[in-house]
Amino acid sequence: MDRFSWTNSRTELNETYVIEQRGVRLYDGDEKAKLNVGTAFLTTHRLIWGDIKYEDSCLAFPLSQIIFIEEQAGGLGKSAKIVIHLHPAPENKEPGPYNSSKYSYIKLSFKEHGQIEFYRRLTEEMTLKRWENTPISKPISTGTGSQGGRTRAVGIVGIERKIEEKRKELDKNISEAFEDLSQLMVKAKEMVELSRSIANKIKDKQGDITEDETVRFKSYLLSMGIANPVTRETHGSGTHYHLQLSKQLGDMLQAPLEERGGMMALTEVYCLVNRARGMELLSPEDLVNACKMFESLKLPLRLRVFDSGVMVVQLQSHSEEEMIASALDNVSEKGSLTAEEFAKLLGLSVLLSKERLLLAEKMGHLCRDDSVEGLRFYPNLF
Amino acid sequence: TMRRGVGTGAIAKKKRAEMSKQLETFKSHLEEFASKHKQEIRKNPQFRVQFQEMCATIGVDPLASGKGFWSEMLGVGDFYYELGVQIIEVCLALKHRNGGLITLDELHQRVLKGRGKYAQEVSQDDLVRAIKKLKVMGNGFGMIPVGGSYLVQSVPAELNMDHTVVLQLAEKKGYVTVSEIKESLNWQKERASHVLDHLLKEGLAWLDSQAAGEAQYWLPALFSELSSRDVSPEEASQMTP
Repeated sequence: MDRFSWTNSRTELNETYVIEQRGVRLYDGDEKAKLNVGTAFLTTHRLIWGDIKYEDSCLAFPLSQIIFIEEQAGGLGKSAKIVIHLHPAPENKEPGPYNSSKYSYIKLSFKEHGQIEFYRRLTEEMTLKRWENTPISKPISTGTGSQGGRTRAVGIVGIERKIEEKRKELDKNISEAFEDLSQLMVKAKEMVELSRSIANKIKDKQGDITEDETVRFKSYLLSMGIANPVTRETHGSGTHYHLQLSKQLGDMLQAPLEERGGMMALTEVYCLVNRARGMELLSPEDLVNACKMFESLKLPLRLRVFDSGVMVVQLQSHSEEEMIASALDNVSEKGSLTAEEFAKLLGLSVLLSKERLLLAEKMGHLCRDDSVEGLRFYPNLF
Repeated sequence: TMRRGVGTGAIAKKKRAEMSKQLETFKSHLEEFASKHKQEIRKNPQFRVQFQEMCATIGVDPLASGKGFWSEMLGVGDFYYELGVQIIEVCLALKHRNGGLITLDELHQRVLKGRGKYAQEVSQDDLVRAIKKLKVMGNGFGMIPVGGSYLVQSVPAELNMDHTVVLQLAEKKGYVTVSEIKESLNWQKERASHVLDHLLKEGLAWLDSQAAGEAQYWLPALFSELSSRDVSPEEASQMTP
């Protein structure tokens, strides 16, 4: 911030306004400058900043002071910024708001947006360097010309050069990887096209293809990550892999399900199983496809989807009637219950407790009182 | 001339043999690629983005199955599936506080923290892709665009356009009032109240009726990031960039 000098907001002869943007706050390095939010003006020669209230006391520095600029994206609660790296202030600089600064860069923070256009114009002016062609009448301390101040600013420029070199080297490694990746993708695309032509043949000759061949085709699709073009369903259902997986899950989930009242949300199962495996993890789709096979494999588990869309794995032994009866009993005993309270009673997750209460409600055993205090269930006495 | 009499079995068999062969060839190409660039994928989030986008373009989903070649040979699968686990766990741990809504920023920070210093870098793009995969398990995972980034939803609460637009309005300060909604969105009071009541019921908003002037509806998903930096709600409302 010590690069700025006081000025009024009027342009000099030969100087033209390029763009202005309201709602800009200045930063000295990473620290907010002790100034209000103001307006940033870009001219052909200078960057000017002013607080609307104080027209005659604006701040400015010449564009020639700029080494390079960067964009800093905004985020939630954070405005986008432009970071401006500057040469050190020349000795004959006119006085400004700061006498010294530990930073060699400032930031413009755009609280009312406009950073994209401002950045574009600033980049343009820095490329055009119009200030060199038309020096303005009032002697503004340019300090560093395009060649002049370089020796003084060697430190900054040296660092900048290193960054550039590193970026180039990274680019080189990346471009080789991208090359290879592109070639790989060309081959993968051939596989996709081949699978489509096979799928078309299968579709046309429905019934003439053996079960075995269909299964084998499906496992090709699975290996390549291609969606099944015939049925459009998520690939993999009906492959040997998912068959094995289904049986494994049948064994593995028995005890955890018992511990949790016979029901677990699918996301819970996902975490449990993958944490246990440690590597060669299951994809969410693998899990869903394996669970879909419980019934056909006559395993004592079922995949169930509630009206809300929540998916659970359920022990077959824990029947619907039991769950509803238990919900009704508990609610009757306590007079009324919320999902949270029910969850505490049974040691279940709130999500699943809620589903049970909703189920009992659906069957007509409970009724609800829905207020801002929460959703509470009562026995249905009608 | 040879068409009649040539059974479908023969054609299918020929095609099948061709596919088998192609698959083996492709597998070895992928192995070669993996041996040279597996590290690149592990370490470089930008490269991962490129990889994913190229796969999408040709119609391939490298994350569909842990049994897929991509997963097995490049290790992309484990990376994203594990991330999925971490995302689920963070969301579950905070649900009692934010009702199942969290900013992508906060989720990112907490996941990184949970992974520890020596783990691979994880970008927000990685999180978004992992979340997209989680959707298939039906727990209401979704993303709501808000203020240049996203809110990640991890409960099956129904949020329609009205709810979303109020969330977006609340983004700047972490809270919103009925008057602000009426002014900014030109709604009737009833519509604003209806939306706010729903958010309260779902545990996504908290009511500060003691606030000077008018009742304020706070979204813990939005201000928990601020409060973790020890900023009071008053300071938060004069929020800096």
